[in-house]
Amino acid sequence: MTKELLKGNVAFAEAAVRYGVQAYFGYPITPQSEALEHLSGRMIDEGRVFLQAESEVAAINMVYGAACAGVRVMASTSGPGFSLMAEGFSYIAGSEVPVVVVNMMRGGPGLGNIQPSQSDYFFMTKSAGHGDFHAIVLAPANVQELIDMMGLAFDLAEKYRTLVFVAGDGALGQMMESAELPPMQPVRTERPDWAVTGNAGRESRVITSLYLDPDQLEELNLHLQRKLAVIKANEIRWQEYQTDDADLLLIAYGTVGRICLSVMREARQQGLKVGLLRPQTLWPFAEARIAELAGRVRGILVAEMSAGQMLEDVERAVKGKVPIRFHGRMGGNMPMVDEILAEVWKLAAEIGIGEQ
Amino acid sequence: MTIQAVIPEDMELVYSYPASLTARSTHYCPGCTHGIVHRLIAEVIDELGIQGQTIGIAPVGCAVLIYDYFDVDFVEASHGRAPAMATGLKRVNPDKIVFTYQGDGDLAAIGTAEIIQAANRGESITTIFINNAIYGMTGGQMAPTTLEGMVTTSSPGGRDPNIAGHPVQMSEILATTAGAVYITREIVADIASINKTKNAIKRAFMAQIAGLGFACVEVLSTCPTNWNMDPWKAMEWAKENMAKTFPLGTFKMADAVKALKA
Amino acid sequence: MKHEDIIFAGFGGQGVLFAGQLLSYSGIAENLHVTWIPSYGPEMRGGTANCTVILSEEEIGAPIIRHPTIAVVLNLPSMEKYEPLVKPGGLLIVNSSLIPMTTERQDIRTIYVAASDIATELGNPRMANMVILGALIGATHIVSLETVARQLNEHLSQRQRKWLEPNIVALKKGAGIAKG
Repeated sequence: MTKELLKGNVAFAEAAVRYGVQAYFGYPITPQSEALEHLSGRMIDEGRVFLQAESEVAAINMVYGAACAGVRVMASTSGPGFSLMAEGFSYIAGSEVPVVVVNMMRGGPGLGNIQPSQSDYFFMTKSAGHGDFHAIVLAPANVQELIDMMGLAFDLAEKYRTLVFVAGDGALGQMMESAELPPMQPVRTERPDWAVTGNAGRESRVITSLYLDPDQLEELNLHLQRKLAVIKANEIRWQEYQTDDADLLLIAYGTVGRICLSVMREARQQGLKVGLLRPQTLWPFAEARIAELAGRVRGILVAEMSAGQMLEDVERAVKGKVPIRFHGRMGGNMPMVDEILAEVWKLAAEIGIGEQ
Repeated sequence: MTIQAVIPEDMELVYSYPASLTARSTHYCPGCTHGIVHRLIAEVIDELGIQGQTIGIAPVGCAVLIYDYFDVDFVEASHGRAPAMATGLKRVNPDKIVFTYQGDGDLAAIGTAEIIQAANRGESITTIFINNAIYGMTGGQMAPTTLEGMVTTSSPGGRDPNIAGHPVQMSEILATTAGAVYITREIVADIASINKTKNAIKRAFMAQIAGLGFACVEVLSTCPTNWNMDPWKAMEWAKENMAKTFPLGTFKMADAVKALKA
Repeated sequence: MKHEDIIFAGFGGQGVLFAGQLLSYSGIAENLHVTWIPSYGPEMRGGTANCTVILSEEEIGAPIIRHPTIAVVLNLPSMEKYEPLVKPGGLLIVNSSLIPMTTERQDIRTIYVAASDIATELGNPRMANMVILGALIGATHIVSLETVARQLNEHLSQRQRKWLEPNIVALKKGAGIAKG
């Protein structure tokens, strides 16, 4: 395979096709509509299911229905559509069916705008609907990682029978980058042993999230919590850059994570020992590793395209061991390298290291 | 002891419990017509020999536990979304028989978008729509189909169209969609109408088996508990009053559906 | 290490997004890391359009930049916006056909190309983007002109096919001006 110039939205859609997605349901919303457009042709050509639904509410419930049938299924959307899907997320979590949803975040709240943002972090990691549950949240920083994470998302969703979000932003969706698509994988033909396929030759199956008996519902919740604990123990992912000798640690994910890679390089050129930790899963979160690094570095800078949402998870992990500064941009603005670099220098001055 | 064991040898078994129903007793109130319609659906599934291929979508409402009473695969939808869920299920399982069972709050209020769009797309699914003009499970509040002047727990002075709008006539609306092939409104108020309803349900399932498009059977039903009537009076009331706002009859039947032989 | 942060800017319809994409395809063909990111949304409707292209020998960090090492401007608003932002030591390429303005900056290299006039002479003013991309290649050799011509052949839409040869001539013409 060779590298191609691929637009983020087209890349994840095509990657899903190649990773064997059997059904896609969506509704147009900027900045991710190219995915829906791409799949409208590709899925039909491949003899798979594509449907443009009447709303994101309907789309996620179509996804829910198809997931109950045990097929590989997904949706994609952006902020306002993601809000509408929250109903389905909760039912999907309660019924434990595997589903992948891509959220190309845009500026909010409300209609906001269509520029990149990371302000759905709380929504995706803490409370994507009513009830006690977490989705696994993957955070790609470039088009290649976005492609790779589609495969990972389906695998994790099916392994744990859980909801997986792929958390991108408008910039990742709209940008083109050199990347390589996976080869076409065969579509799975067998259905898992919990799927509803008609009861011929077996007992009837019911997929529901309704448990009127409090003890039964508590048992379901305890079961979900045990499952989440296993996910937490096994699926935390992150990437580190030059943390070995770092005095200062940058923590950022997705598009801001890659911007911070440039910040780190420039800061090092200017003589500051800066490292970068880029979370690749937002839930579960690399808190143990951050706690460990907090014992070694002298200060931490968190940067996000939000008012400071991941920041709260970093603070929880660091427990006041070292000073934490925050740089956030909102409204669809992306932080530039020089503004974050200025914050790095402020942090350095605060803890008394480096000379500019 | 089996049923066969107690039947004298010279007698033929002509009526039995449908195989597609479980042996469990329902939780429905005395006189509620859900039980009748459940049984009709089960008989149709048995007669068409589709028990092993059928997947039901349970609603939110009194029939939320419908899957306890049917011996077929079932999924539970969120309120109003059964047609969307059915769409997803059917599209990835085109060889299965998928039906939704929905009440008036579910289908005619919170789920209007989903039912109209599913009908318009001509989804090859069957919808059984129970219209009893009230929210039963939540305690007798006004439904989109509550009759004008009808007293409910959320329209204590009687439904005032100036405040709450008019009863929604879903079958009439669904019949205007291009994808619908069979839309009919029936009632289960006496032996004759129950038999007629069964034939309609059978036709609706047959339309799906033949892959003709969307079919919906609306069933005017009673809710003695929330109507504050005894079951007999509720039946009479449904026949006299509901059928005025919701006229019985077939609103759409495609030629191909007409040609189906029950 | 080879690394350029390039902004292409002009009116919508001047083909700046395609010029950026063509350079991006060429970068990949020469084994460089590449990012291309457009301004998108309502601002694209009839107004100015721009895209940022980064070509690098190492993994690309920030996909957007405040100070480009190269700015290619096709209209006056773009000149006014990006001329002050070019990194000291960087390159500014100006479509002098439509931009009646020169820079005072001494800390950058500036090339003036009458791209729209040249394109018109070659038969289609819409090829100004290729003239000016040619100038960029001629001035920097970030990728080879042959690679760009090959990528043009691969990525020119069916509808534009008849313009392949004239476009290649436009590229070469621009490259010649930048060298000279």
